[in-house]
Amino acid sequence: MNPAHPHRAPHLDVDRLIDDRRIRTVVCCGSGGVGKTTTAAALALRAAERGRRAVVLTIDPARRLAQSMGLTELDNTPRAVSGVDTGSGGSLDAMMLDMKRTFDEVVEEHTTPEKARQILANPFYQALSSSFAGTQEYMAMEKLGQLRHRADWDLIVVDTPPSRSALDFLDAPERLGSFLDGRLIKLLSGTAKTGGRTYLKVLHAGFTVVSSALTKILGGELLRDVQTFVNALDTMFGGFRERADATYALLKRPETAFVVVAAPEPDALREASYFVDRLSQDAMPLAGLVLNRVHADHTGGVGIEQAIAGAERLEAADEHRLTAALLRLHAERLRLAARDARTGERFTSAHPDVPVARVPALAGDVHDLDGLRQVGALSAGPES
Amino acid sequence: MGDWEGVRLHVVTGKGGTGKTTVAGALALALAAGGGRVLIVEVEERQGLAQLFDVAPLSYEELRVAPAPGGGEVHALAIDAHEAMHEYLAMFYRLGRAGRALDKLGFVDFATTIAPGLRDVLVTGKTYEAARRRDSSGGFSYDAVVLDAPPTGRIARFLDVNSSVTSLARVGPINRQAAAITELIHSPRTAVHIVSLLEDMPVQETADAVDELHAAGITVGGVVVNQVREPHLRARELTAARRRRLDRDAVAEGLRAAGLADDDTVVDLLTERAREHAERAALEKKQREVLDGLDRPTYQLPRYPDGIDPTALYELAGTLADQGAA
Repeated sequence: MNPAHPHRAPHLDVDRLIDDRRIRTVVCCGSGGVGKTTTAAALALRAAERGRRAVVLTIDPARRLAQSMGLTELDNTPRAVSGVDTGSGGSLDAMMLDMKRTFDEVVEEHTTPEKARQILANPFYQALSSSFAGTQEYMAMEKLGQLRHRADWDLIVVDTPPSRSALDFLDAPERLGSFLDGRLIKLLSGTAKTGGRTYLKVLHAGFTVVSSALTKILGGELLRDVQTFVNALDTMFGGFRERADATYALLKRPETAFVVVAAPEPDALREASYFVDRLSQDAMPLAGLVLNRVHADHTGGVGIEQAIAGAERLEAADEHRLTAALLRLHAERLRLAARDARTGERFTSAHPDVPVARVPALAGDVHDLDGLRQVGALSAGPES
Repeated sequence: MGDWEGVRLHVVTGKGGTGKTTVAGALALALAAGGGRVLIVEVEERQGLAQLFDVAPLSYEELRVAPAPGGGEVHALAIDAHEAMHEYLAMFYRLGRAGRALDKLGFVDFATTIAPGLRDVLVTGKTYEAARRRDSSGGFSYDAVVLDAPPTGRIARFLDVNSSVTSLARVGPINRQAAAITELIHSPRTAVHIVSLLEDMPVQETADAVDELHAAGITVGGVVVNQVREPHLRARELTAARRRRLDRDAVAEGLRAAGLADDDTVVDLLTERAREHAERAALEKKQREVLDGLDRPTYQLPRYPDGIDPTALYELAGTLADQGAA
């Protein structure tokens, strides 16, 4: 690769990022299937082995990767990862998010044991806490807030939920928070307090129509569950949105760094692009893009056309089958590399100032600490 | 005659990044070949189909996006949950003022973004309607409907609309609609195809999805192994490559015969590429054994190093048809 390429984005210096003691939180985000969890775990491991007291919050790790980090049970508590080199004074803990349990904990923390029991047993709460879109994001934020309040770590690396859109991580907590604190749920539960008289009148007129429509669509039982839920929850009203806002504010602070993760595929890079735009709109601290699975493009002096022509020549002569096959492999690889470069270019030309770390494609899957170390070293680049 | 005669709804899922949209598009073309009329539906609001078929962004309206060989045609629809909700409210309730009030209060937002159970009923409901729709002559409007579904991690829950909704809306029309959809999804007229790569995580997720779908009583269709590399090397050569024991002199000699530079740098690079290729081939072999163990019909699609353009899509459709997928 020509280092003086005019469109070449600045290099994301991963080691400088994880060595920077002012950085307390690294958030890895991006669309599904780009190696986000692996990147988060690899960054956390590398930081730990370079002297940080790190914890990695994973959302949905692959089974073998989870096992290699000692995450055999989902118990919502960070545990020390064994096999980490602590020679530089660092350490690594890891945990897997249990969203239902995290939600339960929030409820238990904010209300009396008796009310907590009522809430936890409510069918609407059970649906909300285990399957609603946004709950996972909300609880990831919540857990991040909790980890930040403890003094056990000086670096928290967060993996984000495998959402439809990378933006969900930022938006879903706010959506869920406003829903829980909002007018709709108060109306559904019949606890709406009204400010002015006019409003009262309008609301009353609308209320019967609306609630009868809702009853028709959803059935009366759901409304009753919501009612019970909201009544039990009244002490927590205002709390949900407030908490989501507090964590969101935390993410804006300079001790947070967002790392957008992508693979050199159009969809993944489009998501990455949206995310980068959004971060800059909201003035959130973006460290850069980690581009995983990039195919190396060393030609070794033999370019695509030469390799193909050479292979064809050997195949036509029906000799040196092995060399012909190797030339075919070489040409294929160079084509992949060229495609990766083209796809990557679309991102870098739209965001020329965003630093990029390119991580070469590995031959095998990553499922142990050595694999993570290798990914970490590759992310840090050849300079290290 | 393909392997899925009698199936009206083809659901295509797979781990993110395995190319499920591409496979869904190729399957739609293959099913339409020879004069069929097939609808392909996307539900994730990604506009993946517009890009795949190289047409303008799709709206909540069925549009013809591609002709299929032999006179068939593929139509596409991007289901937007918001629109589906409005359509639903208008169709069943003639809500008028109350419908608008619901929207203002955030009900539509609630139903479409916060409560995925309801969202799933709406989008599968629209798919269900298209699959059952009849034209004026009484025949089905579409010979088949292909659903580019959410990824494997969410597929069982997505299709199991009945239980996700009955826990919320235990009576009422949403509940009834969920029951009707459930009936179709659990019938032999629906098949869920899973797209995988020969990599650890996609294969693991494929196996998990097969189990989950099985447990939910949903028929698993075929497993599509996507992006399969050309073998190039023979078994003996693969072993030698992994052990770094390829005959370097023979490679150098071949390079000379091909009129190329034969210095150590080139030989090193080529043998290193071969070693990586062999490593991957060994892993792929293991993954293939896992997929074979699932005991489902399997289809193979080649890898396109330059990416998928419409020409490649037609080739993929032909490859699927040749293997009996359509």
